Amino acid sequence: MSHLLDKLRFFKTRSTPFAEGHGITTNQDRTWEQGYRQRWQHDKIVRSTHGVNCTGSCSWKIYVKDGLVTWETQQTDYPRTRPDLPNHEPRGCPRGASYSWYIYSANRLKYPKVRQHLMKLWREAKAVHQDPVLAWQSIVSDPVKAKSYKERRGLGGFIRASWDEVNELIAAANIYTTKQHGPDRVTGFSPIPAMSMVSYAAGARYLSLIGGNCLSFYDWYCDLPPSSPQVWGEQTDVPESADWYNSNYIIVWGSNVPQTRTPDAHFLSEVRYKGTKTCVITSDYSEASKFGDTWLAPKQGTDAALAMAFGHVILKEFHVDSPSSYFTDYVRRYTDMPMLVLLEEHDGKLTQGRFLRAADLVDNLGEANNPDWKTIGVKQDGSLTSPNGAIGYRWGQNTNQVGKWNLEQKDKDGDIELKLSLIDAHDSIAEVAFPYFGGAPHEYKYFQHTEHDEVQIRRIPVRKVQLKDGTEALVATVYDLTLAHYGVDNGTAFGLTDPNRAQSYADNVPYTPAWQQAITGVEPEALIRVAREFARNADKTRGRSMVIVGAALNHWYHMDMNYRGLINMLMMCGCIGQSGGGWAHYVGQEKLRPQTGWAPLAFALDWQKPPRHMNGTSFFYNHASQWRYEKLDMAEVVSPLANKEKWTGSIIDFNSRAERMGWLPSAPQLGTNPLHLVSKAKAAGLDVKDYVVNELKNGSLKFACQEPENPQNFPRNMFIWRSNLLGSSGKGHEYMLRHLLGTKHGLLGKDLGGFGGKKPEDVQWSDNAAEGKVDLWVTLDFRMSTTCLYSDIVLPTATWYEKDDMNTSDMHPFIHPLSAAIDPVWEARSDWEIFKGIAKEFSRLCPGHLGVETDLVTTPMHHDTPAELAQPYGVKAWWKGECEAIPGLTMPHLNVVERDYPNTYQRFTSLGPLLEKAGNGGKGISWDTKNEVHFLKELNRTHTAEGVNKGLARIDSAIDACEVILSLAPETNGQVAVKAWAALSKITGRDHRHLALNKEDEKIRWRDIVAQPRKIISSPTWSGLEDEHVSYNAGYTNVHELIPWRTITGRQQFYQDHEWMRDFGEQQCAYKPPINLKTVAPVLHKKPNGNKEIVLNWITPHQKWGIHSTYSDNLLMLTLSRGGPIVWLSELDAKAAGIEDNDWIEIFNVNGAIAARAVVSQRVPEGMSMMYHAQERIVNVPGAETTGTRGGIHNSVTRAVMKPTHMIGGYAQQAYGFNYYGTVGCNRDEFVIVRKMSNVDWLDTK
Amino acid sequence: MNYFDHLAFGIYPYIAFAVMLIGSWIRYDREQYSWKTSSSQLLEKKELRRGSIPFHIGILAILGGHAVGLLTPAEVWHVLGISASFKQMIAMGVGGFFGLICLYGLVILLKRRLTNPRVRASSNPMDIALLWLLLAQLLLGLTSIFVSAGHMDGSEMLKLMAWAQNTVTFDSAEAVAAMQGVHWIFKAHIVLGMTLFVVFPFSRLVHMLSVPLQYIRRPHQIVRQRFVR
Repeated sequence: MSHLLDKLRFFKTRSTPFAEGHGITTNQDRTWEQGYRQRWQHDKIVRSTHGVNCTGSCSWKIYVKDGLVTWETQQTDYPRTRPDLPNHEPRGCPRGASYSWYIYSANRLKYPKVRQHLMKLWREAKAVHQDPVLAWQSIVSDPVKAKSYKERRGLGGFIRASWDEVNELIAAANIYTTKQHGPDRVTGFSPIPAMSMVSYAAGARYLSLIGGNCLSFYDWYCDLPPSSPQVWGEQTDVPESADWYNSNYIIVWGSNVPQTRTPDAHFLSEVRYKGTKTCVITSDYSEASKFGDTWLAPKQGTDAALAMAFGHVILKEFHVDSPSSYFTDYVRRYTDMPMLVLLEEHDGKLTQGRFLRAADLVDNLGEANNPDWKTIGVKQDGSLTSPNGAIGYRWGQNTNQVGKWNLEQKDKDGDIELKLSLIDAHDSIAEVAFPYFGGAPHEYKYFQHTEHDEVQIRRIPVRKVQLKDGTEALVATVYDLTLAHYGVDNGTAFGLTDPNRAQSYADNVPYTPAWQQAITGVEPEALIRVAREFARNADKTRGRSMVIVGAALNHWYHMDMNYRGLINMLMMCGCIGQSGGGWAHYVGQEKLRPQTGWAPLAFALDWQKPPRHMNGTSFFYNHASQWRYEKLDMAEVVSPLANKEKWTGSIIDFNSRAERMGWLPSAPQLGTNPLHLVSKAKAAGLDVKDYVVNELKNGSLKFACQEPENPQNFPRNMFIWRSNLLGSSGKGHEYMLRHLLGTKHGLLGKDLGGFGGKKPEDVQWSDNAAEGKVDLWVTLDFRMSTTCLYSDIVLPTATWYEKDDMNTSDMHPFIHPLSAAIDPVWEARSDWEIFKGIAKEFSRLCPGHLGVETDLVTTPMHHDTPAELAQPYGVKAWWKGECEAIPGLTMPHLNVVERDYPNTYQRFTSLGPLLEKAGNGGKGISWDTKNEVHFLKELNRTHTAEGVNKGLARIDSAIDACEVILSLAPETNGQVAVKAWAALSKITGRDHRHLALNKEDEKIRWRDIVAQPRKIISSPTWSGLEDEHVSYNAGYTNVHELIPWRTITGRQQFYQDHEWMRDFGEQQCAYKPPINLKTVAPVLHKKPNGNKEIVLNWITPHQKWGIHSTYSDNLLMLTLSRGGPIVWLSELDAKAAGIEDNDWIEIFNVNGAIAARAVVSQRVPEGMSMMYHAQERIVNVPGAETTGTRGGIHNSVTRAVMKPTHMIGGYAQQAYGFNYYGTVGCNRDEFVIVRKMSNVDWLDTK
Repeated sequence: MNYFDHLAFGIYPYIAFAVMLIGSWIRYDREQYSWKTSSSQLLEKKELRRGSIPFHIGILAILGGHAVGLLTPAEVWHVLGISASFKQMIAMGVGGFFGLICLYGLVILLKRRLTNPRVRASSNPMDIALLWLLLAQLLLGLTSIFVSAGHMDGSEMLKLMAWAQNTVTFDSAEAVAAMQGVHWIFKAHIVLGMTLFVVFPFSRLVHMLSVPLQYIRRPHQIVRQRFVR
């Protein structure tokens, strides 16, 4: 009863001594022990995980006590790996372990919130207009009212609202926008489906049903390495972390494994105990550096130079001087090295042209099917051949014949062996010009250049080939061109001398070890040693050399050069597709293992096709008006051998051309409401496609991208969920604030009109920049993130411990769930329930505004469809009359889609009939899936009420949705896996079913993964295998099952032959220095505060205290770090600027400004500044002196800048795919001004 | 006898004791986790060692001296043959000696608490206020030595003893009467002393009640019965 009274037991205390008085037995009160005992007592444990783009994807135990989540610990019940391979567990990190703090924290969103001013407008409008749609119209069509709530975004003022009221507002806005401007003016952004598939699918399904756009994210995050599609035709496929243990030599390159891959780092430690040697390459002294037997520290952004020099050594020693038979055989079978390239004459110089095709040759070399897309090699007897596997074999093959899309060493006449070099069989020696980019001085003299000519001449053995048109052409093999380009001499033994190639490593010729030292600062001796070790190991172990690579290389403008440099090394050494070998790129949880089961649910493909997809980078570059400030001239980045007259336009022009040529998608698509086009065509008496083509040709209809400042083309409604777009990935943050949101911003620079820059050629310029383009910005989150602060409506969603969902990663082969430990607290709802609720309200409000409508959807030429063969030669603009406007060939596909708007909710909650009719599939194959749909009708039960979904399988709950995914996907349903392999077998002509037959009866269902993480089944969606004998490794089935890579040659590409790639001088990998974004000079020393200003390179790496499994506003993490925004500086720079550790500093350039504390550390090399990305601007952030606005985030000083080569489409591997290819949001070429703050203003007075 | 004397020396002591006893009881029952010394040794060790030990030696001696000196009836001293003046001299000497030791420690502790950033940041207002209170009380006590030096006959001391003994025997009228004409320094010392009793349950002073003296001579192993009869 009372601790004190209980102690007052003087007369009842007994004590019995024992052991000769050394001990006593007492009867003292023991209730205090409860405190310790109950500390770890709990009522139940529930399996869940952290859905935040964490590649760790660790399964966790969530402890619940008295109905509250109390803590979490790591699950330790993963299925065991095979003997002699360490287990995956324990997985988890301190960040994940801190997550449960959010659920009951003050930062938790508990109720739907609307900004007070908007709510006032809404209620006033509702009082006048009974119809909510008209009420919304009355607000947004009044410029004064619209401006009045938009300019308050980000300035607080949220009030609680009821779910009914916000759903009505959102649905009314969506309906009005769809009806007035078109459904493609409604857009959603949500990243990384793999982190919570059903939550992603919820919003995407709603948007896809109404015709809205889903934005891609992997490319926008700049985690997509465009080099992967370029080289392999593969979005990204990487080994699981367990495969590190199979490696014998590992280079860890720009990836901070212990910090950002914490749960997997143990494999790297373990394999070192096994004897594997490691070389760590990082510019800073990162946590990963201590894992290296060697640590190389090149200047950041110059990794390509290092990679080229590595390649030089490998080619010289292992391909030319004493060739490795394994390497030679590998590059002959699996790479484009034996393929012939046409040499073209430009200005009297021979340059590297496109691949020679069967269609160039007399009689198409006997190839009837797709001769334009069949590349050519030389047999040992000197005759030309079209080997199996080129992309022309993939499509259009007669279904009665055995498929020939495979990597067997065959052509139509039988076995072949291709020649790699023509050095012993050439017709002549030609001088070929190669572009060189390393000679350009850098504005701030930070990046070093070398004194070499921008055109390098090399002597190449060539053959003369008789073409169909009667002319003769010179051709060379990729192998010979590659050796020449790397400066490696292979001719001396054959009497061919080339004075421009290196005779020794000490020669200062691109790309020797001596050459790279001036650029990277790395000692040539160390480089040569690592290159030899790497290659020698691969030679002896048949490819068990690996490169673990990360964002430090991929976030640069020329990221594809950095990556192709190291991919080339791996291909030269035969490492790709071999256990323990290959590239291991981990920059996000991109591997959605049951992808083909998930896609129909997410994009409503069970009801209608195609969905509207849009590449995120182009969307934000366009609509945040970042193009209005573009200072990068394409002439600065194209090849010295390119025709510069083609490259006079601004970046937005090239994106607009790419959209119109059908390369990239558009959002919005056309400059009019697509719901009206079909009726207009009918009125004109034309087929809708003909009508649209005519209107486009005569200019009365335009693509929306041509007039982004036209209010008709604004992205009117935005949904953000599972994302902190404005606080994290939003490159050009201040541009977004100004142009998308129309609120207070910190932009310091002027637009092209303001400083008299060169205006775009194709895209309409208007001097008055549009502000506040978005009418309604809705964010779903469980915490008040930076994005929520700027939203009109914030919806409280379930946390990761309050919902049912699924999670996969590329780091391990398991699928495991998020499951609800407790119900969502306060008024929160799961994403699935939220979008279901919006869909229901949308359906209710439709009558009178939207009925069954016909929508016209444009889609680009997609990768993995026959349309990837659309444009084999050259770049032609139909609007200039260079070619006919033919949908799907020279311009986007035009698709008619019927939308049943009043039945949106019914469609949302049931599995539609289209799957039974059209089947399911992905990555170029398809299969019948009637059985699975039937199974789902029995498992989930059917709708029984009259209506469009009567008799269809239910998808009411999130668990229903999970079962749909699991049943349809080959990775989780053995029968589907066998069907999928059978479908692929038809195209390759080889039987692959054995890869899944032993698992045919295996079906992974929801309850299975709740019980234990389950290993997925091998499927042709992926290039690796999940079985008892090998760890998952990318490219494994390409090498071992002879399935071609999805590229033009069907092989791995050293060479890129698209016209734009050649114009950029990137047909071969080259070193291209970081670009100059010109963001510093206009403000340097212009806004003095009395302290010294220094200019530093701006790097935004992954967090130690936040990103991956939790966020940076987590109190526990803030406590471990410095409790607010920090920027790392080197000791030398800090000293030069008079900055001491923990000083408040300001970082700024024309893009905006940031206030943060300085971390002065010897970790950082001179000239670099680092700000861990996604530090929220909501905790401990003062105002920046130059802008007077609060803080700024790491992206306040960046602006997206795009590379036209990433826009290429309709060209084999370079064809668009959602998150597969497209422009990427790079940001590391940026420079900033750093100085100590003189006055820290917390802006607390207002 | 004015109203103030009555309040300060007749009523306030009982309020102070009541607050201390009942307050401590409530805190002991309801806030067991707060019943602690709140040591900052983890944050700073060196200064603490230099200050804490002399402080505690001094304050324990002074406390003991006060208890024995004030509460032992004059008759007992008489029987023991110790005269009032001699006793006062001892009190002045020993009290002054330990008072200076305590002052030395206390000043170090106070400076440490105020200037060490880590200790300062983890201090609550009571931690700091308590040190100031103790310092004020100690200085008053030390100053009183000079006052006592003017009454070497011990008469002033006898009044204070009378006050204390009458207070604990609940004869408050006599207690107040005994305080008539006492130097204001003593009065202030007493009022502040009573205030320390008031502060007691709201501060870390409660650790006094839980000094683990039994550790000194308990057996090595203590087994608590599972079921308490």
